[in-house]
Amino acid sequence: MTTNLKDVFNNTTNVTIFTFRFWDEVFKPPFEIKEFIKQCYLLGYKALPLVAITGFIMGLVLTIQSRPTMAKFGAEAWLPGMVALSMIKEVAPIITALICAGKISSGIGAELGSMKVTEQIDAMEVSAINPFKYLVVTRILATTVMIPILVVFADCIGIIGGFTGMNIHTDVTLFRYLHKILESLNFIDIVPATIKTFFFGFFIGMIGCYKGFTASNGTESVGRAANSAVVAASLAIFIIDMIAVQLTDLYASL
Amino acid sequence: MKTKEENTNNVTSIQNIINVKGLHLSFGKNNEVLKGINFQVNKGENLVVLGKSGSGKSVMIKCLVGLDKADKGELFVLGKDITKLNYEQLNIIRLRIGFLFQNAALYDSMSVKENLMFPLKRHSKSITTNEIDKYLIQTLKDVGLEESIDKMPSELSGGMRKRIGLARTLILKPEIILYDEPTTGLDPISSREISQLILSIQKKNKTTSVIITHDLACAKLTADRIIILRDGVVFMEGRYDELEKSNDEWFNSFFGIIKE
Repeated sequence: MTTNLKDVFNNTTNVTIFTFRFWDEVFKPPFEIKEFIKQCYLLGYKALPLVAITGFIMGLVLTIQSRPTMAKFGAEAWLPGMVALSMIKEVAPIITALICAGKISSGIGAELGSMKVTEQIDAMEVSAINPFKYLVVTRILATTVMIPILVVFADCIGIIGGFTGMNIHTDVTLFRYLHKILESLNFIDIVPATIKTFFFGFFIGMIGCYKGFTASNGTESVGRAANSAVVAASLAIFIIDMIAVQLTDLYASL
Repeated sequence: MKTKEENTNNVTSIQNIINVKGLHLSFGKNNEVLKGINFQVNKGENLVVLGKSGSGKSVMIKCLVGLDKADKGELFVLGKDITKLNYEQLNIIRLRIGFLFQNAALYDSMSVKENLMFPLKRHSKSITTNEIDKYLIQTLKDVGLEESIDKMPSELSGGMRKRIGLARTLILKPEIILYDEPTTGLDPISSREISQLILSIQKKNKTTSVIITHDLACAKLTADRIIILRDGVVFMEGRYDELEKSNDEWFNSFFGIIKE
């Protein structure tokens, strides 16, 4: 019990130091622009197909599942708005972030963990190259920028999925469908939902990098770093989402 | 064969490119790995460090480039006490030191060319692409692997990885090269080739080397002087032929075992 508690405090302290180090290094030159762009491509662009498939299926399934209930209350006309709101406010950010936690956070954890174990990080250090700046800062910035883009992409694909779902049973034009969506959407629906995705991205990158960068020596720790990165990042996503919803609710009630 | 104290007094400080005084390092409360190590390395000298596994050889060599931080003691490298330097100052010293890791530590995601270019591009901003290419080919020629320039590390054998690791070390023209078990995991022929490569590099570039090894053939071929670590301190030092004549019981059993 005491050991567990000690571990929790040690981990919290180390994560805090790691986060402070990120903020300390991020504004200091040299800026690793090339590596940042490369990471945006690897972490963001490469995740597009997965996010597209998931987004489309979520939109489609949400529409097909909700239609009978909405029809019972004669509110079928509200279906596009409901699907779009659900996708933009909750489903797309959470599902995309969880997919990225599984794909990106674990990938970063395993990659950096393996670099640590095979002394590649030490090799960078002795070549007078700052491995934290080159490996950690670039990856965290890339996830912070790319996750919101992926979420917006998932929103759009999800809405197309919803359109497909609508057309299975009824005949709605794309123009009418989009018009109904735009009628139901407000500024307050889009902005907080998008802002929280930057936090998702930051924590997905941060947790993956922390787990990988602090992996102890030994091949076993690579698997452990990848695994614990997914678990911690997924948990962080739900906690951030809960806080974001509470804050949005508080702001809306003002 | 000289005792530690005699050797300390005989070597003038001007010649000492590395001077380690009372180096202590422990991991945790009851795990003191280095218990006051003292030794010097002269300019242009090849110093081989022998010792049983766990005697602190790798930790000691990592202290020399600031990868592990000493708890106590002075560590003069190229005239600076690296225990007292900040990160930027340490990096200036690191540029003058090369380090060949046990498993070469090549960057898996980069080709051989990119592995070599990575430190070079960062630290030689004014160098042109043509100059880089010429220099890369020359460095790869020095280690006998110019045909592997476009290969990925996963396509290389253990011996080739070590050579490329060495090429990457040489690319910044270091004054000191630290070798962490350069022949471990290699067949006798490859081990001999690496040992000869260490010698030829030292001759060509006039570098100073610290070589950690278990390989007596490598030690015999490369060493100007050998120090032996035992229980976290320098137990013996001298030339290979001097050490061979030692009557110390522990040493003879250790030397005998690694000879076999």
